[in-house]
Amino acid sequence: MPPLIRLAHDAFAQVDDRFTFVSDDEPAPVGDIIVTLARYLREGDGLVGDTRQVGVRVETDQSVEDLAYDLSRIPVVELSFAKFRDGRPYTSARLLRERLGYRGEVRAVGDVLREQAQFMVRCGFDAFVPADGSSADQWATAARRFRHVYQRAADAHPPAFDERATLAAEGGAGDGHAL
Amino acid sequence: MYQYDAIDRAFLTDRVEEFRHQVARRLAGEITEDQFKPLRLMNGLYLQLHAYMLRIAIPYGTLSAVQLRQLAHIARTYDKGYGHFTTRTNLQFHWIKLRDAGDILADLAKVDLHAIQTSGNCIRNVTADPRAGATAEEVDDPRVWAEVIRQWSTLHPEFSFLPRKFKIAVTASAKDRTAARTHDIGLALRRGRDGDLGFEVMVGGGLGRTPYIGKTIREHLPVSRLLSYLEAVLRVYNRHGRRDNIYKARIKILVAQLGAEAFAREVEDEWAKLDPARVDLPDLELARIRAFFAPPNFDVLPAVSEAFEAAKARDTGFARFARHNVHPHKARGYAIVDVSLKAPGQTPGDASAEQMDLIADLAERYSLGEVRVTLEQNLVLPHVKLDDLPAVYAALATQGLASANIELVSDIIACPGLDYCALANARSINIAQDIALRFADPAKAEAIGELKIKISGCINACGHHHVGHIGILGVDKKGEEFYQLTLGGSGAEDAEVGKMLGPALPAGRVAEAIDELVEVYLRERRDGERFLDTYRRTGLEPFKEAVYATAH
Repeated sequence: MPPLIRLAHDAFAQVDDRFTFVSDDEPAPVGDIIVTLARYLREGDGLVGDTRQVGVRVETDQSVEDLAYDLSRIPVVELSFAKFRDGRPYTSARLLRERLGYRGEVRAVGDVLREQAQFMVRCGFDAFVPADGSSADQWATAARRFRHVYQRAADAHPPAFDERATLAAEGGAGDGHAL
Repeated sequence: MYQYDAIDRAFLTDRVEEFRHQVARRLAGEITEDQFKPLRLMNGLYLQLHAYMLRIAIPYGTLSAVQLRQLAHIARTYDKGYGHFTTRTNLQFHWIKLRDAGDILADLAKVDLHAIQTSGNCIRNVTADPRAGATAEEVDDPRVWAEVIRQWSTLHPEFSFLPRKFKIAVTASAKDRTAARTHDIGLALRRGRDGDLGFEVMVGGGLGRTPYIGKTIREHLPVSRLLSYLEAVLRVYNRHGRRDNIYKARIKILVAQLGAEAFAREVEDEWAKLDPARVDLPDLELARIRAFFAPPNFDVLPAVSEAFEAAKARDTGFARFARHNVHPHKARGYAIVDVSLKAPGQTPGDASAEQMDLIADLAERYSLGEVRVTLEQNLVLPHVKLDDLPAVYAALATQGLASANIELVSDIIACPGLDYCALANARSINIAQDIALRFADPAKAEAIGELKIKISGCINACGHHHVGHIGILGVDKKGEEFYQLTLGGSGAEDAEVGKMLGPALPAGRVAEAIDELVEVYLRERRDGERFLDTYRRTGLEPFKEAVYATAH
C-alpha cells in the first residue's frame, strides 16, 4: 500500500489512511470506505451510517458536479489520474474548491508523480498517494519548487501581480535592470 | 520591451534548478528515458534523429540585441555555430548534448530567456504581429496582451496537461501577419462602434492532418475580460477535448464536432460562472505591463530622406531591397526592415552565430535595440531611420543577409524535414533550395510578385503547406521521397486551406512543376492580381493541365 501524504497547515506529512477503497463488486466492510461515483450515487444513502464515513472516487471522465448536493457529508473525494498526462483532475479539483466550496479532503490517486506536486497543490489537492515512491519530504520540496506563480488558483499562493501590487504599495522596488 | 523584474527572474532560476536536478538524475541512471521524456519535453528538449534539439521560446517574437547576442554565443559554444528560427518565432538548436542542457538554460536565464512550454501538451509560446509597435495599421499594441497571456499561461496549474498542445496568436492589424485563423485561439484586436477595444476570438484553427480555419466564437470580447474568457475556453477544452487519439485531440476537432455555436455556448456558460475579480488581470498590473510597450522617443524627422532616395537612385540592388524588405513605419522618417533568412541555397530560417551577432549589432546601432522574428522565419529590425537604410543594407550584405525576396517566390517556409526530424517522411530543405535556385534571378522573382510557398516534410504540417499559395507536402512512396502539391491556401486574413493539385511528384520534378505553375499564372493574370488571386479566379484546371500534361 503506497503511503498517503497529507498537506495540513502548510506542512506535508505521511499519515495513516483510515479509508479503504471498495470496488463495486465487493460488499462494504465495517469502517470508513471510499466507493466509486456510480456506487455512491446509487447506494450512498444506505452506505452512510452513524459509524461509517463514505468517500467517493471520481474518474477522469466523470463530473464532480454530480456530487454537488452530497459534498457536505463526503469527507474525501479521490480524483484518479488514469495517466499522469491526463489533466482533467486539475479542473475537477478547482471546481470542487472554487465553485462547489468543498472543504473536505481532495486526494490524488493513480499515476501521481512528484513533478505534478505544485500543480496539484495549486488546484486544491491536499492529499496525495504518490506512485513514484516519493517521501513526504521529497513531495514537499517538489510542491514548493517555484517561489512565485503567475495566476490565481485554488490555493492561497499570491500571484505575481498581487506580489507586485504589495511591493508597489510598500514603495519597494521590484524592478530588474534593463537589458 | 517588457523587462523582467525580480519575480520573473526568481521564477526562471527555480526552473533551471529543477531541470538541472532532473538531468542529473537521468545521467546518473536514477530515472529511465521513459520517465525523463516528459520532463525534458517540458523544457523544450527533444530527442531527434542525430542529437537532442532544444527549442527556445522567443515570447511573441521579440528579442533584444543582448538576447540575440546570447543566442549567438549558445550557437557557438554548444551547437555547430548556427540556429534555426521556426514558424512559431522560436529558435531551435539541433545539435545539443544532454549534459550541456542545464548550462544552456542557465546561460539563457542570464538574459531572461528560457525553453518553458516550447513543447508538451500545454499553452505554447504566444505569438504576435512582428510589426507591433512599429506599424500604423494597428489599433493597439498586441505585445501588451501577448505578455499578459505569457504570464497567465506560464506553468498554469490547471492547463499544463491538456489533451494536446495549444497555440495562441495575437494581432491588432487588419492585415494578419500571425496566421491567427490557423491557431487554437486567434485573437484580433478591434475597436467597437463606440471606440472601445475588444478581441475577435477565433477558435479551432489548425493545420496538421486535418486542417481547419478557426471560427469566430465572439466578435467583441472586452479586453479587460481576456483572461477569464481564455480560462473558460481552456477549461471546456481540458474537460471535453478527446484524449483517446492523439490525432483527434486538438481543440479544432472538438469545435468541429460540437459545431462552433454549441462550443461557444459551452464557453459562455463556463465564463458566466467564473469570478472576474479572481481571474482577470487587475488594472494596476495591466498598466504596469503596458508601460513597458510605450512608444520609444522617436526622433522628429522629415518624411523624405535624401540619403535614402539618393541610394535608391544609385543602386538598383538597394532599390529592390527597399521595394520588398522595407515597410512603412508609424513614425515619420522611420521604416520597418525585414531581414530575409532565405538567401537562395540556404536553409530557410537558419542563422549563423556571425549573422546573429551582426543583426544584434545593427539592432543596437539602428533599431533601438530591438529585433523581431516572423512566422515566415525571417527577422525584423522594427525601428530603422530612412537615413540609415543604406548603411544597414550594406552591413547585411556582408553576411549574406540582404536578399530582397520578402513575400516572393524564394521566401519559402520549410520545416527541418528528414534532415533532422524523426517524424518526417521526406526532406524539405533541399526542395526549398531547389526552388530558390531556380528563381534566383531577382528580376524574375520580382515580376512574379507575392507568392508564398510552404513545405512540410510530413503530414504534421510544421511547414504550413496547407496555407501556402503553393503548398508542398513530402510523402513516402515505398521508400522514395515524393511531393504532393496544393494550391490556393492562405494563412492570412483571407485564410483558406489549399486544394490538392494531383498525384505526388518525385523530388526532381518539384522545382520544375513550380516553374510551370508560375508560367500559367504569368499567362493568365490580370492587372494587379497576385498568384493567389489568379488561382481563385481561374480555379485549379489550367494549373493542373500544365503540370500533368506531359504525363499523358
